[in-house]
Amino acid sequence: MKANCWVKPNTVRVENVPDPAILNRRDAIVKITSTAICGSDLHLLDGYVPTMQKGDVLGHEFMGEVVELGDGVDQARLRTGDRVVIPFPIACGACAACRAELYSLCENTNPNAGLAEKFFGHPTAGIFGYSHLTGGFAGGQAEYARVPFADVGALKIESDLADEQVLFLSDILPTGYMGAEMCDIQPSDVVAVWGAGPVGQFAMDSARLLGAANVIAIDKQPYRLRMAERAGYTTIDFTQVDVRSALLELTGGRGPDKCIEAVGMEGDHGSTPIHAYDRAKQAARAESERPHALRQAITSCRSGGTVSAVGAFGGFIDKFPSGSWMNRSITLRTGQCHVQRYMKPLLKHIEEGRLDPTRVITHTLPLRRAPHGYDIFKHKKDDCEKVVLKP
Amino acid sequence: MKDDKLTRMLGWASIGLGTPLLLAPARAATALGIKDSPQRRAAVAGVGARELTAAAGLLGQRSPMWLWTRVAGDLMDLALLGQALRNRTMPPSARKTALKHDDRAGRTVAATAAAIAITGVDVYAAVSRSLRPRDTIVTLTATVTVTRPRNEAYALWRQLENLPTFMAHLDSVTTTGPRTSRWRAAAPFGTTVEWDAQITTDIPGERLGWESVNGSSIRNEGEVRFTPAPHEQDTEVHVRIGYSIPAGKLGQVIARYFGEEPHQQLDDDLRRFKQVLETGEVVRSEGAPWGKRARQEFPQHPARPLTAEELMEVRS
Repeated sequence: MKANCWVKPNTVRVENVPDPAILNRRDAIVKITSTAICGSDLHLLDGYVPTMQKGDVLGHEFMGEVVELGDGVDQARLRTGDRVVIPFPIACGACAACRAELYSLCENTNPNAGLAEKFFGHPTAGIFGYSHLTGGFAGGQAEYARVPFADVGALKIESDLADEQVLFLSDILPTGYMGAEMCDIQPSDVVAVWGAGPVGQFAMDSARLLGAANVIAIDKQPYRLRMAERAGYTTIDFTQVDVRSALLELTGGRGPDKCIEAVGMEGDHGSTPIHAYDRAKQAARAESERPHALRQAITSCRSGGTVSAVGAFGGFIDKFPSGSWMNRSITLRTGQCHVQRYMKPLLKHIEEGRLDPTRVITHTLPLRRAPHGYDIFKHKKDDCEKVVLKP
Repeated sequence: MKDDKLTRMLGWASIGLGTPLLLAPARAATALGIKDSPQRRAAVAGVGARELTAAAGLLGQRSPMWLWTRVAGDLMDLALLGQALRNRTMPPSARKTALKHDDRAGRTVAATAAAIAITGVDVYAAVSRSLRPRDTIVTLTATVTVTRPRNEAYALWRQLENLPTFMAHLDSVTTTGPRTSRWRAAAPFGTTVEWDAQITTDIPGERLGWESVNGSSIRNEGEVRFTPAPHEQDTEVHVRIGYSIPAGKLGQVIARYFGEEPHQQLDDDLRRFKQVLETGEVVRSEGAPWGKRARQEFPQHPARPLTAEELMEVRS
């Protein structure tokens, strides 16, 4: 089959690889109908995530049709022919983390848990196509994928919704939603969202759905800000104005009650010297992230407010504003999304028209053009917001 | 060390020398050509006591440290004898006749020569025994919490045939009797080692202990305890395993095989125990398709589907 593979930093290539096979009794093989490139795939592309190997199949946002089942799959839950969306964290459904619905912390699905433990202190769940640190699972930017614990994770789509409407239940829609949910939004809350990429857009939609009084988008790409504006949100271009002053202006001097960070480890900063400082330390491997948005979210947040971080981080940061965080009673919440927890309720929101995930799709490409998709997504060419790939 | 002939001989020599020095210091001093005085008598008795302490150490303990105490004692004796010789220093003109007539001096010279010889033997013994490798005792502990009741966790472990499904180094365990079993483990260069083990403690649902039977090439023993976790259905599994890794080349090879971090290996074993107990099998990825051999595979198989040949190898 054809699959999009990581070759080396800044190079991905569509290659011919063997078809996947059942390795565990509760595996399913899924024939992929739609898959997507995630912002976190760009961190892999750029080489900021350790333990990538040449030939790794990328991709953790995918859906398709079940074509084969292992003999341990609960047939009451999943059968061949089912149309399914696959959540990006692989979860067993039986450990203490799964029992607590903390699926991305599943204790059983990362065969390289010993390695992950060295990086993080405790291991995390397996993830499709996302380095050997998260298990070394082949990803879904391919024609077929093997899905472990398929009867736990796979979400059956039984309505006639198009792929484009449900595909993002695999990652970015629940991730954005969890970002908003962790804010414990009250009806009077003003919510500011750093990053108007796909996850940021869905965090804005979710904040509105959860009852926020006003939602503010912060980015520097005019087309991304326009997309947020079209959806009805207030926008701030951090290259044009001072973010903190603009937020104070928009909130009567209070600062946003809740802040969502949807940028992660490769952020940009309006101030060239500060960006250069973090970029240099990152290049020298003295710091692995450029956490501008996280710092700014903490210092901008209202005293006693909440900062919720859903951008991807992997290592260490410098200049964490601990004084601001501690003295002003800021609550900091974060996590890789526990996708399985949100799939069904969010599907209902889609079915009933309260959420429209298709609004972020700007490009649909054949799988063989995946490298081009990575290029335009990374370099913000052609107003690229979200690329869907068709095998 | 206990079985070391030279060490034992030196131990007995210490007894032979120490006993008369301690019990009859005056006569001993005379024999050594040292002029008797209460002060010197005390010094000779002290040397005797020191020798007996060294003897106890050499015959009773395993450490080459006691050989070094002998070397230190030898240096002390040489210093004392040197002192005794210097005390007799006289003008060269008088020395020749004096020596001829004073056989005490002759005895001191003889004692000094003997002490130098003994010092040589002691230094040789101490150096060679310090360099000689000894068996290494490795004790590992690991713990994991499972979402299953204690009796289930115990039952999986008590069925010893299950151990190789999650313990990386084990090829097979075969039950040979109610409390006995035969264990086979992979060793370097495609070889295997086997040993017999017996259950030493068996409290269902709580505790299981085992040890290798006498004569096993790799002496080992272990214990697993199942205790209630704070969450009512959960169980904490605490494992302790002790290996005696033999000295010499074989031991080095085995130690290398166990890896730089044997703790990591036991942690991984317990993670797989949890996977088997909670999900029914060891979880495999394309990068780590061999399940329990995952740790040995870095850099791993790429995270891409396996070829038909690779699949056959994995499934065999």
